[in-house]
Amino acid sequence: MTDATPVPVLTSREKVAATLKRRYRAELRFRAYGLSAVLIGIMCVVFLFWTIIQKGYTAFEQTYIQLDVAYSAEDLDPAGRRAPDDLQAANYQLPVRAALRAAFPDVQGRSELKKLYGLVSGAAEQTLRDRVLANPRLIGQRDSVWVLADDRVDMLAKGKIDRSLPESDRAIDDMELRLFDALKAGRHVEVRFNSPFFTSGDSREPEQAGVLGALVGTLLTLLVTLVISFPIGVAAAVYLEEFARRNRLTDLIEVNINNLAAVPSIVFGLLGLAMFIQFFGLPRSAPLVGGLVLSLMTLPTIIIASRSALKAVPPSIREAAFGMGASKVQTVMHHVLPLAMPGMLTGAIIGMARALGESAPLLMIGMVAFIVDVPKGLTDPATVLPVQIFLWATSPERAFVERTSGAIMVLLAFLLLMNAVAVFLRSRFERRW
Amino acid sequence: MSTPIATPSDAPRFAPSRGRVSVSGAADESLPGEHLETKTVGQVTVVDPVMGARGVNVHYGTKHAIKDVNIDVAKNAVIAFIGPSGCGKSTFLRCLNRMNDTIEGAKVTGLITLDGRDIYERRQDVVQLRAQVGMVFQKPNPFPKSIYENVAYGPRIHGLAATRADLDEIVQTSLQKAGLWEEVKDRLDHPGTGLSGGQQQRLCIARAIAVDPEVILMDEPCSALDPIATAKIEDLIDELRQNYAIVIVTHNMQQAARVSQRTAYFHLGDLIEVGPTDQIFTNPRHKLTEDYITGRFG
Ligand SMILES: Nc1ncnc2c1ncn2[C@@H]1O[C@H](COP(=O)(O)OP(=O)(O)OP(=O)(O)O)[C@@H](O)[C@H]1O
Ligand SMILES: [Mg+2]
Repeated sequence: MTDATPVPVLTSREKVAATLKRRYRAELRFRAYGLSAVLIGIMCVVFLFWTIIQKGYTAFEQTYIQLDVAYSAEDLDPAGRRAPDDLQAANYQLPVRAALRAAFPDVQGRSELKKLYGLVSGAAEQTLRDRVLANPRLIGQRDSVWVLADDRVDMLAKGKIDRSLPESDRAIDDMELRLFDALKAGRHVEVRFNSPFFTSGDSREPEQAGVLGALVGTLLTLLVTLVISFPIGVAAAVYLEEFARRNRLTDLIEVNINNLAAVPSIVFGLLGLAMFIQFFGLPRSAPLVGGLVLSLMTLPTIIIASRSALKAVPPSIREAAFGMGASKVQTVMHHVLPLAMPGMLTGAIIGMARALGESAPLLMIGMVAFIVDVPKGLTDPATVLPVQIFLWATSPERAFVERTSGAIMVLLAFLLLMNAVAVFLRSRFERRW
Repeated sequence: MSTPIATPSDAPRFAPSRGRVSVSGAADESLPGEHLETKTVGQVTVVDPVMGARGVNVHYGTKHAIKDVNIDVAKNAVIAFIGPSGCGKSTFLRCLNRMNDTIEGAKVTGLITLDGRDIYERRQDVVQLRAQVGMVFQKPNPFPKSIYENVAYGPRIHGLAATRADLDEIVQTSLQKAGLWEEVKDRLDHPGTGLSGGQQQRLCIARAIAVDPEVILMDEPCSALDPIATAKIEDLIDELRQNYAIVIVTHNMQQAARVSQRTAYFHLGDLIEVGPTDQIFTNPRHKLTEDYITGRFG
């Protein structure tokens, strides 16, 4: 049986052809893997955005109730002087309650009246006060005012409370339902754009709680972070990459920087607590300290990214500059740094984006406190968006659920804005060589 | 090294081949009283040199890349460095404007002078040195800036132009000398990196001459260029010789023969032979030089 079939002698071209099919298949498989990875990623992102927007878009709307208010002079300004101090100190709960009683004269009894008064938010008084202070001549007049509804009424107006549930399981009982329906029938209920969400700080009352405090806190904190970590990071990278001699010490520094980048962020929080607050005595809960802590965390990222950006600048550019008689500093400033800037900005943005989403280290330095006032400076107590989200997410009120999602959307928008700025800056700096 | 060489009897102007020699004849007048010990064959010294190297050694860490090299660079002339790859031509060239300073681990010893002053002495400023000894690299490396900015950069950092008009003038004459003006005068604000390879190299030459150096070092300036661009650069080198001393490293024998007046042959870090270009190419005196230029290796 050995002589029958001659062993076919394949030319190398035939050998190549035989492997081609396998190679094409492998290539196709590889592309399929890549494509499915991308698709899975996109699906996750879409799902994330969909759930957040689904839950949270109603946070950007708010229910208002129209009251027909009488600013009685005896109640608000018994002295009759119309002095701003008197008007400021006056009790505006009286006209609010009077207006509600006037709208529903049939409601009697202590507990029923309490429910009636509970339809509007505590913020209603402030609304009236502001109007009167702006225009004292309103005293003695009647006025039609839209005031914030209570958060449960807000939920009801947005359809987030199931009317078919038994009364005991509902946040709103039958009587409140009746009052609400009556107001609605009289066109005294309106759902409007929720501008207070963007113009006020945190509150115990969901309908009054806004993100401005946290947004400003985040802005101030990130500003401190950027101002501190970017120049220091770039300077450190330039020094290590362009000026320092390679020796044990710089190797040690390099290893340590790489390790620092991997340190859990809460450790930086502890460091900040011990160093900035306990040792230097800086105020707690302040954006200044938050920014310092986040700078510590962001620095390694920026240094590493900046160094690789510097490494990527072709040596021929440095040689050209040196050959022209440029000094080391001139070479770096005129040629290397501008070319490395896009990469450095990318590093900065990655670091800042991480800092933006950070909450753990800020908890350690007290930025988790309940703060109503919008911070006005770097040392005012403040909180940041991720911490605000965390605080709202752990609040029991139903209305805080949508606020949580709303704040997440604000955070994401902030992130997108930051990235857009980075892309813009990068394209401004980007040059070919 | 076994070096059966032609006896220098027919060339009394040149230093004898090896051993302790005293440079005689014409060369003697250039460096009066100098007693030059060199293993290099041929005419190492010249009358009134712009640059001179004496006993130059370069080490890269433990690697001995340049071994006891002595050579002069003449004014208003082109000297070509030839030799097999890795023999140290670039290394030696970079000693002449201290570009080796930027390489970690490179150690240069010996004496290198520019107009009689030691360029490695403490008081010598590298910035000033490199303004006097310009350099053109193998790969065209214009800055990623406009054509104008490329040429204006040197004068600007060295403070050569008092006014914008002065600077314009320098840019224009430099580009004219580099034979690039006609091609780029309408697009001075375009990026220098957008030019063709040959144009980029001429831009780099314009950039080098904008600071009005005494010496221009060129490390294989045409190796990335096509024959037409090469011919342009060679013509340019020939013209630049009127005003500058030029040192050119090349792997192209014809190019060395065409553009240079003197040629130096390097081999494994040694400077084997220096002489007038036509003599080196027609009548090399050292066996290694002969082997190299006849193409037996390298
Ligand atoms: N930065 C460096 N570090 C260590 N060794 C180097 C360095 N640069 C050059 N060398 C070594 O020094 C020797 C001379 O190199 P050089 O670049 O001067 O050669 P060359 O003659 O210019 O070669 P080519 O014609 O290929 O450009 C080579 O052996 C090279 O390996
Ligand atoms: Mg070389």
